[in-house]
Amino acid sequence: MTGSLPPATARRTRTLISATSQPSLPPHIKLRHDAGRGRWHVLAPERVFEPDPIAVEILKRCDGVKTVQAIAEVMAAEYDAPLADITADIIAMLQDLADKGVVRA
Amino acid sequence: MNEIVPADKIADGGEAAACARAPIGMLCELTHRCPLQCPYCSNPLELDRVNTELSTEVWQDVMRQAADLGILQIHLSGGEPTVRKDLEDIVEVAAKVGLYTNLITAGVTLTRDRLKRLKDLGLDHVQLSIQDVDDANAEKISAYKNGLEKKRELGKWVREFDMPLTINAPIHRLNIENLPNIIEFAVEMGAGRIEVANIQYYAWALKNRAALMPTRAQVMRSAEIVEEAKQRLKGILVFDFVVPDYYAKTPKPCMGGWGKGIMNITPQGRVLPCHAAESIPGLEFDNVKDRRLADIWLNGQAFNMYRGTSWMKEPCRTCPRAEIDFGGCRCQAMAFTGDATNTDPACKFSPLHADFVAAAERESGVPNPPPFVYRRLGGAKTDAVVD
Repeated sequence: MTGSLPPATARRTRTLISATSQPSLPPHIKLRHDAGRGRWHVLAPERVFEPDPIAVEILKRCDGVKTVQAIAEVMAAEYDAPLADITADIIAMLQDLADKGVVRA
Repeated sequence: MNEIVPADKIADGGEAAACARAPIGMLCELTHRCPLQCPYCSNPLELDRVNTELSTEVWQDVMRQAADLGILQIHLSGGEPTVRKDLEDIVEVAAKVGLYTNLITAGVTLTRDRLKRLKDLGLDHVQLSIQDVDDANAEKISAYKNGLEKKRELGKWVREFDMPLTINAPIHRLNIENLPNIIEFAVEMGAGRIEVANIQYYAWALKNRAALMPTRAQVMRSAEIVEEAKQRLKGILVFDFVVPDYYAKTPKPCMGGWGKGIMNITPQGRVLPCHAAESIPGLEFDNVKDRRLADIWLNGQAFNMYRGTSWMKEPCRTCPRAEIDFGGCRCQAMAFTGDATNTDPACKFSPLHADFVAAAERESGVPNPPPFVYRRLGGAKTDAVVD
């Protein structure tokens, strides 16, 4: 999935997230469960983020294969929410994370 | 999704018990040896000698203890950490126990083979410091020849191995005018992050303050340059902008609060709440050779001395910002006011704030600044004007 992409850390253009994007976490970004604190963290270069439970569910599905649309469909069913709203929320969240270098697509 | 660097969340209040949660980060000064002699080095004026450095086995045990304690990220620093031949052995254990590993290097001693080995052992991130993007100026600042060329080479290897890179650029009077080129350099190097880090004036930097302090106008202009670049490079380069607090009105929340999110280990194994804490008299620093890391973090005298807010005097005690900036920096309060429990002179409520600002304005306005006192063993014995 990364063969045609420039190295994640050497981007020359901004990643724009859309419904057809296939988001993933670069190898140096780690979604990790912290047993001691009983919560998930996203470990990034000199940064630690605390994703909320919904963000964790989305990030777990960012495998570079599933599209944002596919992730949104699962989440909409799971949380019984309108697909359009969920899609928009996920795009906004992943765009923010892409701008922070946490997600690529 | 909230960012929690550097401080972990506190459930309630500012009392020691509530603050005494696991730290998220640990700065490991593996050695004070360094081929560079930057006059703003954050190491203490009294550098630890090589024969007092912790052994490989002790550092490896520290990594295991850190993971057990709940530390998430370790920053392998120095001095220059790559002068330790056992860096790989330490990184290997750190990665194995699940710590996020960050190498903070000047990039002049690291070979391609070694970088590859470190990557294969699990090194997560490289932070490369630069002195300037002008060769002659970089050489003058670091007292080291051809450093910039070596850093460029390291940048190539980092890209080759697809490793994440941060460029750390300490900013001061001698390079602040080159800031746009420094930002461009970070983009060219393929960095995902840049720290535009105005010098914080402790240790060697405090000794060299008169040679390093930029003018207020230069600092304001640099803030504009960063703001413009941030917008232009959105999604390409993440910025961390550290402002010089001499021109601030409120102090920085130093370390995100004392004993709250970060711990620091010196080459000899002393465990400090911040890297400059040894400048404060009356603190007792435990050593990892004598006491467990968790015990030091929770119960160590130095960690509890300024933890939370109960140590505060006025104007901090009743200040609405008491738990936002924690009264600023204890070391700066000590250095400038002679009492570490005073508010940081960077705060506008400090009775010494005007003197603090005046010192920066006076020194930065001098057309011919004094020569550097370079960072080297015994170098601090040279006289330099401090304030």
